[in-house]
Amino acid sequence: MAKVSKKKASKKKTRSGGAEQSNEGHPDVVYDDEKEEDATDEDITVEDEDEHDERKRQKLLEAIGTLSGKRKKTLGERSEAAVHMSEFTVNAEGEGDKVDLSDLIGSIEKTPGLSGKSKKRLKNLEQSRKTIECPLSKQESERIRRDLAFQKVSKEVSHWKSVIRQNERAEQLVFPLNQEPSGPKPIERVVMGWKAQTPLEQEVFTLLSANKQPINDPILTPTEEASMKAMSLEEAKVRRAELQKARALQSYYEAKARRQKKIKSKKYHKVLNKAKSKDFQKQFDEMVKRDPAAALEELNKMEMARMQERMSLKHQNSSKWARSKAIMAKYDEGARKAIQQQLEVNKDLTQKLVTSLNKEEEETMEEDGNADVVPDFVNDAEQGLDFSNPWMTGKLSQDCVEKETSNAVTIRAEENVAEEEEVEETEEEVLLREFDSRRKRRQAQEADAAVILTEEEEEENKDASDKEEEELSEFTSLFKGIAEGCGEADTAAELEKELKIRCLEDEELLTQDKEAEEEEEATDKGPVVPQHPPATENGQKTGKSRKRRKGIELKQVLTKGAQVLQVPFAPTIEDAEDSEGKLDQRGLIKEAFAGDDIISDFLKEKRKQEDAGKPKVVDLTLPGWGEWGGGGLQPSCRKRKKFRRKMTPPPPRKDQHLPGVIISEKRSSSIRLHQVNALPFPFESPSVFENTIRSALGRTWNTERTVKKVTKPKVVTKLGAIIEPMTREELVKDKNRASAGSSSSVKS
Amino acid sequence: MFMFFQKSDPFPGPAPIPEDRLQKFKRKDKLKKPHRKQHKLRDIIARSEDASEMAQKQAARFDLLLPEEAGFLEGDEDEDTCMISQEDIAEAVDITSGAKYFNLKLSQFGPYRLDYSKTGRHLLLGGRRGHVACIDWTSKQLMCEINVMESVNDVKWLHSEAMYAVAQKKWLYIYDSNGIELHCIRKFNDVLRMQFLPYHFLLATASATSFLQYLDVSVGKEVAAICTKTGRLDVMCQNPHNAIIHLGHANGTVTLWSPNQKEALVKMLCHQGGVRSVAVDKTGTYMVTSGMDKKLKVYDIRAFKPLKSYFLPAGAACLSLSQRGLLSAATGDVVQVYKDVCSMPVTKPYMAHRLRGTVWGLHFCPFEDVLGVGHGDGFTSMLVPGAGEPNFDGLDANPYRSAKQRQEWEVKALMEKIQPDLISLDPTELAQVDQATWEQRHQDRVEVLGFDPLAKEKFVPKYKKKGRSSAGAIERRKKQVAHEEQRVKRKERERKKAALSTQKSALDRFKK
Repeated sequence: MAKVSKKKASKKKTRSGGAEQSNEGHPDVVYDDEKEEDATDEDITVEDEDEHDERKRQKLLEAIGTLSGKRKKTLGERSEAAVHMSEFTVNAEGEGDKVDLSDLIGSIEKTPGLSGKSKKRLKNLEQSRKTIECPLSKQESERIRRDLAFQKVSKEVSHWKSVIRQNERAEQLVFPLNQEPSGPKPIERVVMGWKAQTPLEQEVFTLLSANKQPINDPILTPTEEASMKAMSLEEAKVRRAELQKARALQSYYEAKARRQKKIKSKKYHKVLNKAKSKDFQKQFDEMVKRDPAAALEELNKMEMARMQERMSLKHQNSSKWARSKAIMAKYDEGARKAIQQQLEVNKDLTQKLVTSLNKEEEETMEEDGNADVVPDFVNDAEQGLDFSNPWMTGKLSQDCVEKETSNAVTIRAEENVAEEEEVEETEEEVLLREFDSRRKRRQAQEADAAVILTEEEEEENKDASDKEEEELSEFTSLFKGIAEGCGEADTAAELEKELKIRCLEDEELLTQDKEAEEEEEATDKGPVVPQHPPATENGQKTGKSRKRRKGIELKQVLTKGAQVLQVPFAPTIEDAEDSEGKLDQRGLIKEAFAGDDIISDFLKEKRKQEDAGKPKVVDLTLPGWGEWGGGGLQPSCRKRKKFRRKMTPPPPRKDQHLPGVIISEKRSSSIRLHQVNALPFPFESPSVFENTIRSALGRTWNTERTVKKVTKPKVVTKLGAIIEPMTREELVKDKNRASAGSSSSVKS
Repeated sequence: MFMFFQKSDPFPGPAPIPEDRLQKFKRKDKLKKPHRKQHKLRDIIARSEDASEMAQKQAARFDLLLPEEAGFLEGDEDEDTCMISQEDIAEAVDITSGAKYFNLKLSQFGPYRLDYSKTGRHLLLGGRRGHVACIDWTSKQLMCEINVMESVNDVKWLHSEAMYAVAQKKWLYIYDSNGIELHCIRKFNDVLRMQFLPYHFLLATASATSFLQYLDVSVGKEVAAICTKTGRLDVMCQNPHNAIIHLGHANGTVTLWSPNQKEALVKMLCHQGGVRSVAVDKTGTYMVTSGMDKKLKVYDIRAFKPLKSYFLPAGAACLSLSQRGLLSAATGDVVQVYKDVCSMPVTKPYMAHRLRGTVWGLHFCPFEDVLGVGHGDGFTSMLVPGAGEPNFDGLDANPYRSAKQRQEWEVKALMEKIQPDLISLDPTELAQVDQATWEQRHQDRVEVLGFDPLAKEKFVPKYKKKGRSSAGAIERRKKQVAHEEQRVKRKERERKKAALSTQKSALDRFKK
């Protein structure tokens, strides 16, 4: 072993020499080695020679071996390194058997300097048979290291997250980040760079400093300012820790409560409830002494609970379970007990609270309770009849008014003070009810009157509005009539015929109206025989005309309903146009009848437009398929129907309800080129996008300030300034700012 | 003992803005905030809402800076304002305003048509028998006067007072303010009426051959030539709101045109006889027409619905609407001015004036209470109190601008020129998403992706323990979130209804 170490040392020496030449970075290592070398100089020289000899001998042996021609099995091929040879020709003794701890520390027994304690420890170590786990493979360990490194770095990087988000969201970013704010500087900052020079100034400053007056900042000392500015890091940490703790405690408590709630054991809950009630009793007793107001509140609460219990049948013996148990109770001890228990609960809950005021009641209640203990179903009925029970009387009062009042009168003498209050309340209720009924009656009357009134009004309105309606719907009616007509008659000629008939009809209608009026005037003549239009019209047409009675023709729109304007002086000279084309009688007639064909022309045009917009029915019948074909043979009706494809109707026209208007349905493509057809990223619905770009941006519509705000650039850089990457200080500053902002917001 | 009073502002904060004025400058409706998940969209919406609110408030505040108010002529009791003569008014008003009433006796070259420049400073007169004159009418300075030796159908100023167009017997000519002929445009023949669209730099002409043509005067190119196939076009006006041209026809219809479409955008049947004149008000809300059937009709041009119909005993040959909504109608040799024709039923004119000859052209002067009338015996400038807009926009049309300012304005206006492509019935159409294309693209996207990314996620109830996820419970929970949108809408409607019903009417005081 010693030899090996020495060899290593020598090797080190040579290597370190090289290192010295190449690299001056580790002089101390070299220095150490030299020291060591100095110490063992002599031994090495002797042993070096021996080694030399040994090697020579080996070489010689090898050379001889090769002479024999046959290649000897080289010792280099070995399966077990140490068995045959070692690099340094050291044979390992005791090869194969494991090294024991006892082998290593066997010498301890002999060393006197060791303390007993360490000896004991070593002994323990010896006794424990545990082997140390073998180290992880390189890959795994590296992966773990990488993981850890990643976590660390990501944690570090995540500090920047908020800053990044803030910058992303910011309306405007100004670079470089930490710029001196422009504008006038505060006086303190200006004064900072200034020094006292003249003797007078120096004198003043010495005085000031002697009196510990702030020199630069006239209002606050720097420390004060700092303390004003922000909470210190420690403080913040402490505060954060506090908050954390509080949150943790709360979560623990919540978890506990949740767990407890989930426990299904009845026994557990029973015990818990008992404990709680005991606790509560204690607290209540204390509270009565300490804080009577709160105690009273508690009392009220209890009273409320009692009322609720008395109202419900939860713990009565009417539930399904209770009934079944009651049946079983005869034979089963357990069932009897269970019922008893439930009733006990009821009794507990319904027990009147012990106060000095109502002790008598308490007694009655006790009686009731006793009655309850025995499970009989008549009990409830008895209670219902019991007038001494104020609760029951209350119930009755709600049911019927008159009976209750009489009851109240009779009872009043007997009841005590508390009950009297209740009765008074019921009286109030009675009064209220009376008022209510009276009011209702009145309302009903009023409503009747109102109905009559509104009817009258409506009639009046109808008269007035009829005229307006007529005016407005004249166009519409004609339009509708034609729309109906188009189903029957397709060609334009037919349409014209229709129109003419319409005109005739109208005239007739007008005459009819006149006649009707006359008839109304002369009602004494007896029952009126309505005069129908001539018999040439068929039934359908009369029906149609009736339909159109409300609205009239568009001819009348154009002629009727004009307000005559008064002109102060009549024109003395005729219009040039008129004078040019002398209006003779023919012209006059033409002008008078011009309206008719103007209107029909217009309507025809409109029809044409509408028809052009409608999709045509596509006929896909192939004659001769599945049947005989040829000249003069038509494909069958069934087949034609089968192969006729109807297109989906277009969306309704914009001028659908405007009879006198034709609106072109063509979409101009010129503006489409300039419109947006793909929404930018965060937008999903066109309406939202349209809304955001609706308001104008330009100077024509906005004030200068608005324009500047609206057209603010996203990033502003100062010309010529170097934009440095953000430093860590910036991050800290940012945090401070944020915390300051939050604190200020809390203050405000 | 002294008391030190802290000086405090009795009216802290910015001054409140009246609600009605805010309403006047309202830009858009408020949007519902999107879900917190879409924080980017939320930010954008919040920002735009902020900006629009600020713009609205600022505009409402700055409304204060329009100090001038319009006033009207008011007669004494039992005195009709229409009986007050121009001479009386001219005598009563101050001397500068009084000087605005004047007559030009030009009986030689026969009935005149006229046009005021956009600023209202310059007047262009075109006599039927070839006399063309431009005048700085406030200072009564004659800029140029020529005789084109041809019949003149119409005259029109172009974008500034440096150039004007004259529709002569055969071609369209353009002259400068010194009367020098700049162009003779042979493409535009037999022009009868012209309109200039100032923000598009388009000169629209209507010809006797039933052609409607658009000339871009900034580049000198013909933008569109539309054959209307409706005969002689001698009735024309423009809608200043959306630059649509209205044409009146002999068959009683009024058609609306844009240079982008070869057929009429809208065709309205207005009169039983031919249409004699059309006018559209500044806001693009009302259209007034007069026809051979001696009627005067008012239409809501946004909805194409008739509002009012008046019967004029002699019919109206020319119509003109002022900036403040006064209507002037000429019947023969009488000019009548009506107030509030569009909103209220009117029985009497506000003013009336008799002239020497038949009225041929009629125009209100912008920013002045003046009505210019061209007639057979020359030109008359009438005083009509309350006709002009009292507050002018100095950047848009400044009547007092210098030559330098005019040059600046010209450059700016040219840069802000609106392309003729953008003329459409709804001027806000440009700000709308092209719905058809968008839907098509969306459909394609859905096909590629295999699902609709905009579709609402189907509600899947959370699984709950202890038997609370029974089938019934799940159905119940589903029902709770179903038809959310409809429910919201219905709630909104109900809320509105309730708000309406709670509004007190005058009769409520009788209820008990």
